[in-house]
Amino acid sequence: MAFQVSKSGDVTVIDVEGQLIVGNRQELKQKVLDELEGGERKFVVDFSSTGYIDSSGLGVLVSLSKKIREQGGELRIASLNEDLRTLFELTKLDTLFKIADSRDEALTGL
Amino acid sequence: MDQELILELPNDIHSIEHAVEYVMEHCSGCCAYARKLNLNFRVGLSEALSNAMLYGNNRDPGKRVRVEVTVREEQVTARVTDQGSGFDHTLVPDPTLPGNRSKPGGRGIFLMKSLMDEVQFNEEGNSVTLILRLEEGSPDLAGGASA
Repeated sequence: MAFQVSKSGDVTVIDVEGQLIVGNRQELKQKVLDELEGGERKFVVDFSSTGYIDSSGLGVLVSLSKKIREQGGELRIASLNEDLRTLFELTKLDTLFKIADSRDEALTGL
Repeated sequence: MDQELILELPNDIHSIEHAVEYVMEHCSGCCAYARKLNLNFRVGLSEALSNAMLYGNNRDPGKRVRVEVTVREEQVTARVTDQGSGFDHTLVPDPTLPGNRSKPGGRGIFLMKSLMDEVQFNEEGNSVTLILRLEEGSPDLAGGASA
């Protein structure tokens, strides 16, 4: 299972296990959209168990963040390792997302 | 340590992960450059395969993608060729510009160019050659960034 969905208070947390790539991005998208349709508005995507994100994976995060914002919510990113953080910085997506060092930090104030 | 690999892949995005892992296993002799290979080369090759399947071959399941990899002591080279009619990579806008950052797509070629030492397209635009140098002092991921 690549994506584990859990709740922390009123925040939906999605753990990405392994990779977020062109081959599984639709699965993540559908899980988040299902939660959004169910009324959830606060999301944290936790990458502490993630080895690799490709451009399609980055793209789906951008797309989901936009949809969530349109519904008055927020999507935060947590626990990027050094390589993944570099990908966000290279693509300047670190300016688009709130990126927290840990899940707890991401949950704070959300 | 010279090695050459040739793969013919179905035009199926689910084959990318396995193909990249297979290629990476054949680069394991270059362990001194593990980070460059595991990130720069992995990302570059994955993006080239995605572009070939999604845009070059336009998701056509009847088409194929050819991958030719050469692993040498001083560099790793991968040529990815699709069966599409090609495109002009210079027309892809810079995804890091403020007006483009919130667009869901357009980061694949940028990542390839940022993470590889050289990226060459053929004239037709349906084949890309990625070169990653494995030399002392050659840039790692952060140093190779051209954003």
